[in-house]
This record gives sequence, structure tokens and C-alpha cells, in this order.
Amino acid sequence: MQAFRYTQAKTVDVALDPGQRFLAGGTTLVDLMKLNVETPHSVVDINLLPLDRVEPTPDGGLKVGALVRNSDLANHADVKARYTVLSEALLSGASPQLRNMATTGGNLLQRTRCYYYRDINYACNKREPGSGCPAQDGFNRIHAVLGGSDQCVATHPSDMAVAMMALEAVVHAKGAKGERQIALENFYLTPGTTPDKENVLEPDELITYVTLPRLAAGTRSHYLKLRDRAQYEFALASAAVVVQVEGSRIRRVRIALGGVGTKPWRSKEAEAVLEGKPAHTKNFEAAAAAAMRGAKPLKYNGFKIELAKQAIVRTLSMVTA
Amino acid sequence: MAISPIIGSAVTRVDGKLKVTGGAQYAVDHPIEGVAYGAPVASTIGSGRIANIDLSVAEAMPGVLGILYHGNCGPVYRTAGPFERNSIVSEGRPPFEDNKVYYYGQYVALVVADTFERALDAAAHVKVDYETAKPVTRMSEVTTPLGPAHRSYSRGDAETAFKNAPVKTDEVYTTPTETHNPMEMHATIAVWKGNHVTLYETTQGVVNMQGVVSQMLGVPLDNVHIVSPFVGSGFGGKLFPWPNTILAAMAARKLGRPVKVTVPRSLMFTTVGHRPITEQHIRLGATQDGKLQAVIHEVKNPTSLLSDYMENATGSTPVMYSCPNVKTAQWVVRLNIGSPMAMRGPGACPGMYGLDSALDDLAIKLNMDPLEIRLKNYAERDESSGKPFSSKHLRECYTKGAERIGWSKRTPGVGSMRDGNEIVGLGVGTAIWGAYRGGAHARVRLSADGRARVSSATQDIGTGTYTVMALIVADKTGLPVERIDSVLGDSSLPPGPMSGGSTATATIVPAVAAASVKVIGQMLDLASRTNGSPYKGVDAQTLAMTNGRVHKQGEAPESGIPFEKLLEMQQIAALEAEAQTGGAPDADNYSMHCFGAHFVEVGWDPGIARLRVRKTVTVMDAGRIISEKSARNQILGAVVMGIGMGMFEDTYYDPRNAKPLNNNFADYIVATNADIPEQEVIFLDYPDPVIGEYGARGIGEIGLVGVAPALTMAVYHATGVRVRNLPVRIEQLMKA
Ligand SMILES: Cc1cc2nc3c(=O)[nH]c(=O)nc-3n(C[C@H](O)[C@H](O)[C@H](O)COP(=O)(O)OP(=O)(O)OC[C@H]3O[C@@H](n4cnc5c(N)ncnc54)[C@H](O)[C@@H]3O)c2cc1C
Repeated sequence: MQAFRYTQAKTVDVALDPGQRFLAGGTTLVDLMKLNVETPHSVVDINLLPLDRVEPTPDGGLKVGALVRNSDLANHADVKARYTVLSEALLSGASPQLRNMATTGGNLLQRTRCYYYRDINYACNKREPGSGCPAQDGFNRIHAVLGGSDQCVATHPSDMAVAMMALEAVVHAKGAKGERQIALENFYLTPGTTPDKENVLEPDELITYVTLPRLAAGTRSHYLKLRDRAQYEFALASAAVVVQVEGSRIRRVRIALGGVGTKPWRSKEAEAVLEGKPAHTKNFEAAAAAAMRGAKPLKYNGFKIELAKQAIVRTLSMVTA
Repeated sequence: MAISPIIGSAVTRVDGKLKVTGGAQYAVDHPIEGVAYGAPVASTIGSGRIANIDLSVAEAMPGVLGILYHGNCGPVYRTAGPFERNSIVSEGRPPFEDNKVYYYGQYVALVVADTFERALDAAAHVKVDYETAKPVTRMSEVTTPLGPAHRSYSRGDAETAFKNAPVKTDEVYTTPTETHNPMEMHATIAVWKGNHVTLYETTQGVVNMQGVVSQMLGVPLDNVHIVSPFVGSGFGGKLFPWPNTILAAMAARKLGRPVKVTVPRSLMFTTVGHRPITEQHIRLGATQDGKLQAVIHEVKNPTSLLSDYMENATGSTPVMYSCPNVKTAQWVVRLNIGSPMAMRGPGACPGMYGLDSALDDLAIKLNMDPLEIRLKNYAERDESSGKPFSSKHLRECYTKGAERIGWSKRTPGVGSMRDGNEIVGLGVGTAIWGAYRGGAHARVRLSADGRARVSSATQDIGTGTYTVMALIVADKTGLPVERIDSVLGDSSLPPGPMSGGSTATATIVPAVAAASVKVIGQMLDLASRTNGSPYKGVDAQTLAMTNGRVHKQGEAPESGIPFEKLLEMQQIAALEAEAQTGGAPDADNYSMHCFGAHFVEVGWDPGIARLRVRKTVTVMDAGRIISEKSARNQILGAVVMGIGMGMFEDTYYDPRNAKPLNNNFADYIVATNADIPEQEVIFLDYPDPVIGEYGARGIGEIGLVGVAPALTMAVYHATGVRVRNLPVRIEQLMKA
């Protein structure tokens, strides 16, 4: 870790220059600073900002402050009751200690666990554009099968963001140019030729809130995370499903995947297969196949394609049962 | 003298309160005034040499006190070698001996600064240029012929018997690199006073470490003091010193200031050992009814360029099962990786995974029950030496365990047992571990405040040695454990055993017992010659000590006098006795081993490729249990580790630069609480009549041996996939 300046932000109108970083829970930032992957000359602690509340919105949704801790959000009564998928996704992530520190904004912006990104002795296009990508022919069991490019195949590791994708959350940000709202669906970028740019946020922009739209009555949701061990591990494949069933037919469904994509992966292809169709296994399997149609396996991660399909099918069976 | 019921009872470990309240001081917890912090710089190549080290930036950084590397580190020596007692090192090459790099993560410099953070920052600014050679990281890359075996054993004619056997199996089984990863990282605080050095350490052997440090630093043995009162476990990685210990001492000497060095978790994967890969080619020949005719077990393991470590995976093979024709052979292959080191259950743990897996393959071929084939080949005596076992109740382990797991309800067909979404599988594995008792000194003191103190230069690595020592004194004197102080982890005490090879308990118990008997004898003597003593003039031979009171044999202890009263009458502070004991007198005539059986039940949910362990039952034939709680704790923990070995652990090296890619606790996965099901542990508790008065054998390691094959057999039973390369991974099972 290199020496840095530490300040505390007192208002949301903070101006950042590119060598600075916001500090929320610190579970990603400080970790990467210890590895010298992040080397900010100064860190602006935002923990004093009044962004730590979960409030109802006028249209029946929920407004989640950027500093709401993952544990608090997971255990919030409204979230548990209505946005089950989000509570489950949060509780499947990291460990209790980490969740007690991790914040909503920080979780959205957490960085990949790619081994090569996290070690400055390797080339990495995400860290140093143009330097190369050792994951392509390296040990890539944990890497992405969806959305990768020859420049980068790192997964976005968040569970929370996958659930929020399926919930069609909206990110609220504030920067030098004012406030704006970004649908989470448009928030993340695939690596393409610019893997260093993971999302549309400007370097000086602060995430203030995330809003969750109201869910229609009778909507059910579930998050299923598959991995080597039962707890405290990132997903090899996960599925978030939010569904509204009418009679025996699926009226509306949102499906997102974790652990397999270079960003939290919304699958409109899978949704299209299901909407208006009866909720039964054949259709779930067709949806799963559609979701993974474009998947590209690397040397060690081909099994993730089948695993993701299994996650989708099982989650759909569970929420529609 | 009869053994009192306190032996084997569920006494809470005597150091427990200190541990859970934070009062226990581990190596780096010792408050040392003026301590400076050392941060290692480690190589980022797997092979080559240092072409240039540029210290200019780092040296100018705030708080930096000095930087050691091969060009300026001062004298450091090799140890005199294994013929010299107490000089075993893990890696023959002293740190900074020259500019050569043998593996990724090798120390190339040590930056010392006034704070930890400044040391780390400066370490990141030491610029090292390398001349890089291509590292060899896999045994498959080594093409030179293996040549004659580096270790071998043979009885009968195994090759011919194999050729002629009506039923055969011929498979290769592999175990991965496992990293010890104790919770407490290796660490040292070195403090010099003149030519004397004190090291606050975390070690499984204070006595050996004292010898090594004396030799490597070139100072007399008496000038070296090792202090290691608490050890956050070691699993074998802390048996013998690693370079970090010497680095701290060298830096402190050079800078004239105490220096603290902690090995960061990432370097725990390269510089303090690991259990190396084993590649085991096993051929079994048998009759149609499953009786073994031939066992051929050939093993290769990698080692570093700086160590001759052999993973003795064939060690148990000649002893375990009855078979007239047995052949084993072992080879080591040198690679550019850090040096391996014995890890909990070394040899037997991977070896029994191989042997029991092969036996299961034979059972599968013969459509035989896995338990039945083990009973069919039960060894009634040690066929490798022809000697009888000192005590063996393995058959009872099998039958008790089978009963507890419900083996009789096991239907043999693959995938034939269901529970909801899960297919259930059951497997059994055998545990074996050599029992050994060595030599030790111990001292016992009875003092005027009514307390006893027992001491020896051994260690408690979490295994319960503090408690075991106290219990023996309690048994002999009748004092409650609360009135006994156990002291260990200090090289200035009478030399005691290493905490390794599951030998510490069997070794220290006789020494403590003998010292206790000796000091009690002195006390009885005192009673017979003290003015005012009710037993003045009475023959000491007719006296006894019970409940801390001296009394006449055959009379109630309450009729006697507390020993502290006698000391008071004589105005003596304390009586103290030291005893030295050696190996078991009759050991040469017997084969001494612990045995056990593990039963594992797994659940496989094929719809989501999820495997979990549902239940484990372990029955141990491990001699007399001295401290029930710590013994149970050892077995529970070992089974947890066995589940990790079976399903999770695998250190993988990048073939390009030999870096262990998953060198942290997020990526190197071990079992979490959520992975651990209901575990049952049963001790048969038969004293071993040969090993000594108490019949206690060691139990630290055996609990890990045999878990993995039980698990993979259960996996086969559930999924039909026979995993022969640990760990079991989702992608292997998805082929089911
Ligand atoms: C060992 C380990 C295991 C983990 N396992 C999982 C897992 O299984 N699943 C999972 O989903 N996650 C997992 N995580 C990741 C964890 O969820 C994230 O580290 C955490 O959510 C980040 O939140 P934070 O508040 O600590 O972020 P910080 O570290 O404080 O910030 C992260 C980044 O976001 C920026 N930032 C923070 N807040 C804002 C804001 N309001 N506006 C703009 N920028 C901001 C920071 O500048 C920084 O760049 C794990 C982490 C660790 C260390």
C-alpha cells in the first residue's frame, strides 16, 4: 500500500480528481490498495454522508441509500418480504463481517476477482490498457463465458447487482455536471476494447441512491448461487428470477445471471422465451438454452454454461412452484 | 497405582479462558519496546537470478531503517546437518545466501521500517531486475528418467502375483498441492541483548529451533532463547524453522533494534511449506472373492530444489491390509516451487487415499461391499515386520461406525438411495497412523502455596498439551486441575518433545508422570522426617498422596495432611523433581499404530450439480484418551480438514511463472461451517499396553487419514463418477 491522504466528505457535493477515490466500506478499495492495484494519492471517506437509509418511494418502490450496509439491506423487512431475491443475493455474498462493512454503492462498483487483475506483476488490460490478458490462456476456471472479448474475460463478481438487474433497479448519481439517473441495465459495460471502463459512471460521480421499482402484486422472486463450497465464495453461476405468474402462464419475468458474465448479466433472450408461456420444465429449459446461446467457453470454464442453465431451470421451478 | 477418573474426563482446556478472552499472547502479540517492522520482498519469477537490486527509492522513504539482501546481510550459516541433534531446517539454503532464485515467492530482500505500513510501502519500492529462466512447475515437464526408486519395499513377488491374479485394478490416483495455512501466520520478534538473542516465535519445536538458530547465526546454544507459549496451529508447517525466523534475527542484529517479521498470507503459500502433489500408480491383484494377492504402490511427488522432502505415501501400505505380495516404490522430482513440508498426516493421508481408493475400485469390480472387502483383507498382525500389533481394534471401529451411519440400509446400486432432490451416497475409509513415544524431560514442583507446576520445553499447538500435562499431575497428586500450572513453549525449560508426528502426548506423559512420582516421593520423605508432621518417623514407603494430602496408605486422605503444611513446617518454598523418560521399553517387539474408520454420507443434487456432505461418523482406536475434549476436538477438526482435502483444497501454480494463483483465503478454499454437517466421533478408549503406563497414543493426525477415500466412494455411490484426482470438482461430477 502506498501512502495516501485521507479526508472526510461532509456534503454530497464533493469534487474528485482522477487520482482520488471514494471510500465507503473499503472492502474492495482497501483490499486493492494493499495489493497496489489501486494507488490513489488521496481517499475521500463518504461514510459521514446522510445516505444510509432505506425509504419507500411515492410510487411504492424502495429508495436505498448508497451507504446502506449489505447486512442492513438484506435484513430490511420490506426487502425480505417484497424483494426476496435481493435479500437472498446479499446474504449469499461474502461473509457476515464483510457484509457488515460493504455498502450498496460500493457493492455495485466492486472489482473483479480475476487473479491477473489483482497482481501487478501480470499484464492486465483492465489495469493497464494495451498490456495484455494472461487469463485468455491462463487458469480461467472462474472467468466469464458471456460478454468477454480477446482483451478481457473477467467476471463482475457481485451477487447484489445480479438481483438488482432482475429487479430493474435505477442508479442515482451526482457529479460536477449535476444529478442523473441511470437504469442499471445501461450502467455496466462489456469489456470490448476498453476493459478498463466497467460502467458509465464518470470518475467524479458519486452514487447517491439506488431505487427499486414497485413490484406487481403476486410477484415472486428467488436467487440461487452455485459454487464449490456452501458459503463465502463467489458464484460459479447464479440466477436471479423475478416472476409474475397468472393462472399457469408466466405473465412477466426478469432473469439475470451472475458468475458467468463480464457484467451482471440480464438475459432478455431467456425472458422472451418464457413470457406468455406455461410455467413448466420444457419452457424453462428452452429459456436456459436461449440465455446461454452466445456463450463462449475458455479452456477451464466450459462447465459454467451447463451450470448456469441448471441455475436458471431450478430457480424458475422454485419460484413458479 | 490405579488411574483416576480425571483421566479421559471432559476437562475444559486449561488455557481455554486465555484464548477466548484474548489473554493468550501469540508470537507477534508480545509487547516489545522499540520494535521495528520487517516487510519481505519476494521474487516474482520462478527461476533465474537477481541481476540488480535498486534500493535507492526505498531507502529514501520515510521511516526506513535498513534493507537487507544478499549483498549486505552479513554472516548466516548452514546447519551442521541431520547428524547434529536439533538442527533440522525446512529449507537447506539460508536466506540471502546468493543471488539465485529457485522458486516464486523466495525472499530477495527485507525492508525494515519504524511502522508496519512504512515497511510495506518501501518494500513495494525495492526494484529488482531478474535474469529469468523458464521455471519447471509440473512433474510432466521433467523428462529425465526417474531411475532407481528413492525408497522401496518388497515382500513376496508382487509383479508375478499381479500378473496371475484373476481380478485386477490398475489406476493412477492423484492428490493436489495443499497448503497448511494455520490461522496464525509464521512470525518472529527478534530481540538481541549483546550476543544473546530472544525470539518470540510460533513453532512446533522450541528445542529444535534453538539449535537451528544457534547454528545459523553462529552463536552458542546458551545464547539463544525461544519463547512460544501459544501457537495458532501449525499442521506441520511449523515443525522446523523457515527463513523468516533467521531473517528477523539477522535484521535485528544488524540494526541493533528488535525486529518483528510476519509472513503475509500470500507468502504462506510459497515460503513455509505445503503438502506436495502425489501421483500414485496402484495395481491390485485379487481372488474372485476379494482376497488381495498383490499390492503394487508406486508414488512420485515433487519437491523443491532446496529440499529432499519425500511424501511417504507408501509408508502404511505394507502394514494396512493382509497380502502376501507387496511392492512399493517412491521417487521425488525437483521443480521450481517452494519447499514442501510434512502436513498433518504426512504420507499416510495421501497414501491411504490412494490405497483405499484402489481397494474400492476392486470392490466395484467385484460387486462387493466396500466394508466387506476391508474386513476380508484385515491384517491380524503387521505383515511387514511379522510383529504383533501392540493393540488393534479396527474391526470394532468398522462395526460400530457402520451401525451409527446406518450402513446396513446402504443399497449398493449407484444412485439407488434418494432423499428429495438429493441422491445419497455412503462410503467408508480406513485410518492408520504409527504410534511412537520418544524421549523427554519434565519437571514438577509442589510449592508452599498449595499449587503444583509442571514444565517442559514442548509446545501446545492447539492440541491440548497444556491440559494433558496438568491432567497427569492431577492424576498423580490428586490436586484439582485449577491448582496446577502448566508451563511450556520456552527453550529454557527441560527439553521436551516436538509437536509433530502425533508423538507429543505419548512422549510427554511418561516424563510428567515420572517427575510427579519423584516429587511425591520426596514429599512423603519430608513427611516422615518433619518435626510436627503426624508421620514423623513413619516409613515413607507406607505413605501416599491423595487429593494433595499426605496420608497413610489404606487410610482416608482426609486423615492426612496437605503437602503445603509440610512445606510450611520446614520453611521450604517448594520441592521439585525432574525426570527423563525414553521410548517404550518393549517397543521393538511390537508394531504400534492407531487405527480408525470414517463413514461419510454425501448428498448429490444432480439438477444443480451440488454435492455436500450430510453426515460423518468416525470411530477411533487411539489408545487411552487422556483429555476427552481436546481429543474430540482434534478428530472433529481433522475430519473437517479431510472434507476440505476431498472437496476443496488445491494450490495451483501458474506454469508461466510458478506463482500460486489462489494465494489468499478468498480463492484458496477450505471448508466453511456451512460445509460441515453433523459429525460423530467415538473413541474406543482401549489403553495400549505397550506404549506406557497410561496407554496413551497420539491422535493429532490420524483423524485426517481415510476421510477423502470415504468421501470419493460416497460420491461414486451417489453419482457413478469415480474421482481419482482430488479434489472432487463440480465439473467432474457434471458428467454424471
Ligand atoms: C473475501 C471477499 C469475498 C467476497 N465475496 C463476495 C461475494 O461472494 N459476492 C459479492 O457480491 N461480493 C463479494 N465480495 C465483495 C464485496 O461485496 C464488496 O467488496 C463490497 O460490496 C464493496 O463495498 P464497499 O462499500 O466495501 O466498497 P468500497 O471498497 O468502499 O468501494 C468500492 C469501489 O466503489 C467506489 N465507491 C464506493 N461507494 C461509492 C459511491 N457511493 N459512489 C461512487 N463510488 C463509490 C470506491 O471508490 C471503490 O472504487 C467479497 C469481498 C471480499 C473481500
